Amino acid sequence: MVSLNHYLVLSGVLFAIGTAGVFLRRNLITVLLSVEIMLNAVNLMFVAVGRYRGTVDGQIITFFVMTVAAAEAAVGLALVIALFRHRETLVPDAFTSLKW
Amino acid sequence: MAVLAFYLFAAIAILASLLVVGQRNPMYSVMLLIVSFGALAGLYVLLDAPFTAVTQIIIYAGAIMVLFLFVVMLLNAPREEPLPVSAASIMGPAGMRIGAVLSVLLAVEIVWALSRIGTSAFSRDAAEIDAVSSVANIGRVLFTQHAFAFEVTSILILVAMVGAVVLARKERA
Repeated sequence: MVSLNHYLVLSGVLFAIGTAGVFLRRNLITVLLSVEIMLNAVNLMFVAVGRYRGTVDGQIITFFVMTVAAAEAAVGLALVIALFRHRETLVPDAFTSLKW
Repeated sequence: MAVLAFYLFAAIAILASLLVVGQRNPMYSVMLLIVSFGALAGLYVLLDAPFTAVTQIIIYAGAIMVLFLFVVMLLNAPREEPLPVSAASIMGPAGMRIGAVLSVLLAVEIVWALSRIGTSAFSRDAAEIDAVSSVANIGRVLFTQHAFAFEVTSILILVAMVGAVVLARKERA
């Protein structure tokens, strides 16, 4: 029988994978993808807990998280494009100065 | 049956996410992330949340990932780092030890927190499942209780749209 705990553990594992990706990757696009993995882990937890408590609130928060993720992806990718134009690289270590 | 499906989808999601993080080529990362999102959509179906499963596919796999694909192709990004990144090269021995202690602490905390949940089984009450999975119910709650948050979201999207255009625009030198 699959219980709430199974989903919480799965969500935790996915979140840890996403966190590791943010810290270990050296490509801005992959870092953004790792952030998406983390957001999805949280979404899964919201839906599971909402189902456990018998309300639709978890699904509604998931809906909002998806909207925020879309906005974040749009702005984040625009930033990546702007940065790439200036430096011709996607390695985060190349962007250490606040002004150029 | 549901147990089998859960483990199948969970394994696909975890494997695909690991490969996303492990890939050198961002193009493959994006493709694998779509697989991971598909598995999560399956999990939402198992959780009696068909609406969320469909939005997951349409918005995430359909819209956000296509945006990522566009950018990956547009930038024609280099194959990424010449040197392989290992955790050891970043942190050094002391940092590794602290990291190990912290991860053990986190695991202990999670096990402790999970053990405090009394009954963790989902209810099998048919009326409750109907209420949770009904799109009409979600719409009603979304547009009454959460109407303000919904409207704020539209402003957020507008701001993000304008911001993206401003940021990605070519500067006239």
